[in-house]
Amino acid sequence: MKNFFKYREIWLLAGIVLLIGLISTRFPGFADPANLRPVFNDTSILMILALGQMVVILTRSIDLSMASNLCFTGMVVAMLNAAHPAIPVPALIAIALLIGLVLGAINGLLVWRLNIPSIVVTLGTLTIYRGATFVVSGGAWVNADQMSPDFINFQRVAFLGLPVLSWIALFVIALFFLVMTRTQIGRSIHAIGVNPTASVYAGIDVGRTKFIVFCISGMIGGLAGYLWISRYVIASVEVANGYELNIIAACVIGGISIAGGIGSVGGAVLGALFLGIISNALPVINISPFWQMAISGTAIILAVVLNARGERRQGRIILRKAEAA
Amino acid sequence: MTDTPHPRHIPDRLDKPLSSAVFSWEALLVVIAVLIFAVNSFASPYFLDPWSLSDLTFNFTEKGLIALAMALLIISGEIDLSVAAIVALASTMMGMAVQAGAGTPVLVAIGIAVGLGCGAFNGLLVTRLGLPSIVVTIGTMSLFRGIAFIILGDQAYKGYPESFAFFGQGYVWWVFSFELALFLVAALVYWFVLHRTSFGRRVFAIGNNPVACQFSGVRVDRIKFILFCLTGLMSGIASVLITSRLGSTRPSIAQGYELEAITMVVLGGVSILGGAGSILGVVLAAFIMGLVTFGLGLLNVPGIVMSIFIGLLLIIVIALPIVWRRLREGRFA
Repeated sequence: MKNFFKYREIWLLAGIVLLIGLISTRFPGFADPANLRPVFNDTSILMILALGQMVVILTRSIDLSMASNLCFTGMVVAMLNAAHPAIPVPALIAIALLIGLVLGAINGLLVWRLNIPSIVVTLGTLTIYRGATFVVSGGAWVNADQMSPDFINFQRVAFLGLPVLSWIALFVIALFFLVMTRTQIGRSIHAIGVNPTASVYAGIDVGRTKFIVFCISGMIGGLAGYLWISRYVIASVEVANGYELNIIAACVIGGISIAGGIGSVGGAVLGALFLGIISNALPVINISPFWQMAISGTAIILAVVLNARGERRQGRIILRKAEAA
Repeated sequence: MTDTPHPRHIPDRLDKPLSSAVFSWEALLVVIAVLIFAVNSFASPYFLDPWSLSDLTFNFTEKGLIALAMALLIISGEIDLSVAAIVALASTMMGMAVQAGAGTPVLVAIGIAVGLGCGAFNGLLVTRLGLPSIVVTIGTMSLFRGIAFIILGDQAYKGYPESFAFFGQGYVWWVFSFELALFLVAALVYWFVLHRTSFGRRVFAIGNNPVACQFSGVRVDRIKFILFCLTGLMSGIASVLITSRLGSTRPSIAQGYELEAITMVVLGGVSILGGAGSILGVVLAAFIMGLVTFGLGLLNVPGIVMSIFIGLLLIIVIALPIVWRRLREGRFA
């Protein structure tokens, strides 16, 4: 039982239940599953993005370019759809994944081959990818009436009581869970964050693994690009502007340590859900949506304070010197 | 130089050969600045005009002021992502004061005090609770701007007194604006503090090895706290300038400035990992960013496309020395 409460996911889950309880006192219908399902659906994109960011943060890196990647990929996919409505949606999703992969690989190569700190690389590509969106679109928007009905409705089709968007999120969560807990690459990602030097001695190629995590976050950014555009049915240069910090916020609230090595799939998902519930609840309990930013800011600070208490490392850290980096 | 130095004289730095100055980061930045300047003057006939050059400086003075303090903070191994949000909150508070009928001196005092207070809040969270600054300031970024949104919503504050307009729109002498003068004076002060005082040496030392500093009797936390306060203070000053220049306050004011200020610092040669950098580099980087934005603006290149150039510049300038070194060592793996 004592071990049970050691998991920060449990505390986060308790926090979310408490939050839903508090909201229910003001708006009794909120906890109704019929109401929570749309909340989950609405948070799906943030959850997917948070998982992509999580693997990067676990390796002591950061990807600030995810929202710009989302914007660029979404724009390209939307323009393709507007120009060639015949291309089926699964093909467009494949294209989105591919574009995202390329953008992520650029980040990854710069981090891996040139050893530039990831925060610098992705700070640069953050502006480059969003600027590139302007270049490909010429500043024009792609509106709902230019998109094909399939493009817009694909994620809205209900399947076994949930929209396809929710199923995609569930599939991505399951995939990440399997990769992080059951595969060699998942363990390598954790190991690099805990101790890069020891990882080298354990035979892990640190640079290559970092390259792979940036490819993963890039593909996630691309996937989220299609999902975002088809959900909000507008593609413009301003899409998801500044959203990169929301993604990181979801990770931080989910207990993922910015210093690397600590964090779980469940944490990232719950962190995103926490933010999603707040943004969905404020309108129904008659609090101005302008409060949302300050509330999530406070939640982030509280989460960091609580996480820091749990992160005090036990024992000595050997091999501190970062030969690996 | 065969004679041995006096035994009791220990130089604090080795004599640098001239070649190291020629191949230094700052020299690279000067070359880039001159290149961009030359390209701009060829590309647009309107560029080489004292008044356009003066307008150019408004592109970087406000962010540059923040970048000066941010440079010290990053050298010490910390970072502050909340600077733009501090600008927004300070501007909102000044707007509230205007509605209550405050005069110019009170407004300036409020702007600076709010900036200082926000910086101290960041500093306390980082030093007292031992939290990583990148996450703390992502949190306070939402919090500070969030408060501005709560107060203002979709409204805007206007009606700043006429005398208040001087800070962002006034000229000290001929084409030299108050903003530029303030930036240059601040740059001198920061250069002196960082490169000529023991405080500055400690900032470098903390960035290189905070643990060794602690054991050497450097009050690491106190210095970091001061640096966060300074960054807040500079954001408060920048807020006064921006508010005065725009003459109105919206909660979305200065959006994205934090990343631009950090780009300036990194482009200026400050190591994002801490422990290395110079104020001269940051000032040059500020000029370069102003030149790029303004020059492209004269050519009717939209702002978003300029950001591509800034991003490319950032990555290329960082990558060049690394690629160059590898090529010379003959191992490009």
